[in-house]
Amino acid sequence: MEKKLTLFKNRKRFGIEKNIDIIFKNTALVLSSFVAIILLGIILVVFFQSFESFSRYGLKFLVTSEWNPVKDEYGAFTAIYGTLVTSFLSLLITIPLGVGTAIFITEDFVPKVAREIIGSFVELLAAIPSVVLGLWAIFVMEPFLRAFFVFLHNFFGWMPLFSTEPTGRNSLLAILILVVMLLPIVTSIARDSLNQVPKKLRNAAYGIGASRWKTIFSVILPAALSGIMAGVLLALGRAMGETMAVTMIIGNSNVFSWSLLSPGYTISSMLANQFGEANGSQVSSLFYAAFVLMILSLVVNIFAQWLVKKFSLKY
Amino acid sequence: MNSLYYQKRLSRNIGDKFFTSLSVICALIAILPLIFLITYILIKGGSQITPELFTLEPNPPGDDLDAGGINPALIGTLIITTIASIIAIPVGVGGGIYLAEYSKGGAFSRFIRFGVNVLAGVPSIIAGVFIYALIVSTKILFGSTYSGLAGGMALSILMLPTVIKTTDEGLKLVPNELRYASLGVGASMYTTILKVTLPSAFRSIATGVVLGIARAAGETAPLIFTALFSYYYVTGFGDLFYEMGSLAVLIYNFALEPYDAQNKLAWAASFILVLSILSVNIFSRILAAFTEKTKRV
Repeated sequence: MEKKLTLFKNRKRFGIEKNIDIIFKNTALVLSSFVAIILLGIILVVFFQSFESFSRYGLKFLVTSEWNPVKDEYGAFTAIYGTLVTSFLSLLITIPLGVGTAIFITEDFVPKVAREIIGSFVELLAAIPSVVLGLWAIFVMEPFLRAFFVFLHNFFGWMPLFSTEPTGRNSLLAILILVVMLLPIVTSIARDSLNQVPKKLRNAAYGIGASRWKTIFSVILPAALSGIMAGVLLALGRAMGETMAVTMIIGNSNVFSWSLLSPGYTISSMLANQFGEANGSQVSSLFYAAFVLMILSLVVNIFAQWLVKKFSLKY
Repeated sequence: MNSLYYQKRLSRNIGDKFFTSLSVICALIAILPLIFLITYILIKGGSQITPELFTLEPNPPGDDLDAGGINPALIGTLIITTIASIIAIPVGVGGGIYLAEYSKGGAFSRFIRFGVNVLAGVPSIIAGVFIYALIVSTKILFGSTYSGLAGGMALSILMLPTVIKTTDEGLKLVPNELRYASLGVGASMYTTILKVTLPSAFRSIATGVVLGIARAAGETAPLIFTALFSYYYVTGFGDLFYEMGSLAVLIYNFALEPYDAQNKLAWAASFILVLSILSVNIFSRILAAFTEKTKRV
């Protein structure tokens, strides 16, 4: 009996198979830690490359707007302001549009097939490369909207926002092309969170006599709010980092202006424009700007993730 | 008695009608750009498609009216995306396997999952800046500066989070009974993963990976100062270490040229890029819908 047991006990895996198992596990472990290595690598590399500029200008870099490679003076205020203005204003337009579309898709105004087609159409929009959107913006959107911009300037020119004569590419066009890019993100995330609201909440609201839109505004939207907020923040992060379409249409001018109808700059478009030909301390200043952009988008992203975790649906 | 009937004039009904039409307008505005975009790309790009487009080199802008073709850019996009896939797929699938199969929800795996989400949110141009600092400016790759290889690496950073996420989520959907059954008959962990769980999650992982590749193929920002651009044919393996063209960068460069011929070439390249990306998207969507249907039965 005892002999049998030891026999059974000794029947372990072959050494080779055991080793393969261990190697496999550790390889997977190493591969998964690549993410952390790359992330830390990006932060460290960009930080160290920007160090020269950082120690020279400090935080003054963020508030001065002179960018002069000849005099070797650098300040990124115009680009930072442009990044913030374009992303926030485009989000301001996108939120009602995207949430409205999401409500349209999740309610039963039209048959399910039609709603699904519209939904996948909007999602396909997300698959179109931003450089193609930029091309479209240059050759289709800009000529199409020029008359409208002239109208804006003529009637609202007294406002600083529209005070410059519209001549070709400008910040407002960048904002509008960002709206096109952000719509799919906001719509699809808002749709998912609206779909996750349990049906019984809606039925309860209808049961006590609430109308459809009373139900949407007082029950369904509040229940889906955290998800929608997270989607909005993700879209904000995307808007800040978006490069190609904005670079192609914003006009790339470092002259600061309050007007949306004048050419502007964003951090990412500055990088796209100047990185290839930069040398000396300009490179370091560009890295500094890249670092600012990275911190901005990291903060927005981490906040979005925190929001999802904190307020994930409790129903 | 009257209150039992639907009354048009009631403020709540007027409000409902108003908001309903508002959301209809939102949906219309949302799909309008896509319709405009697709028609313009089909008309403006589709009309430029000729057989020569696929075989010729693009001519440098300005000197003559004929813009040439997009062959180097087309091949370049294929090469750069392949390099990115070769790097990102093994690393991503391996990392996803660790997260889904080995980790027990501890601090490490939570940190990695968090890192994946953060990396997915890093602006694509930052990936280009990173590879520029790490590889292009240091000439670490056998003394070459701008190269297709560096471009592929920059793209792989953007693909990695997608691949890990889809692997992780695809594997999590595999029922535990399958794992227990496999381990129960004496299979080791790696046999279980390679022969049982990975194959049963294969389709959902493949769909996600293919979508990730399609997305990377259209990325421009990471390439403009890593792979740069080239007007010349890709002739051999050694060209990996030199500047390499891509459809995306071609569109960017030629859209900003003042010459009509180059602009037309940009439209033609957009046509090909958008058509291939959209068809990959639609195909994988149909595949995913099909999988879902068979699963439900």
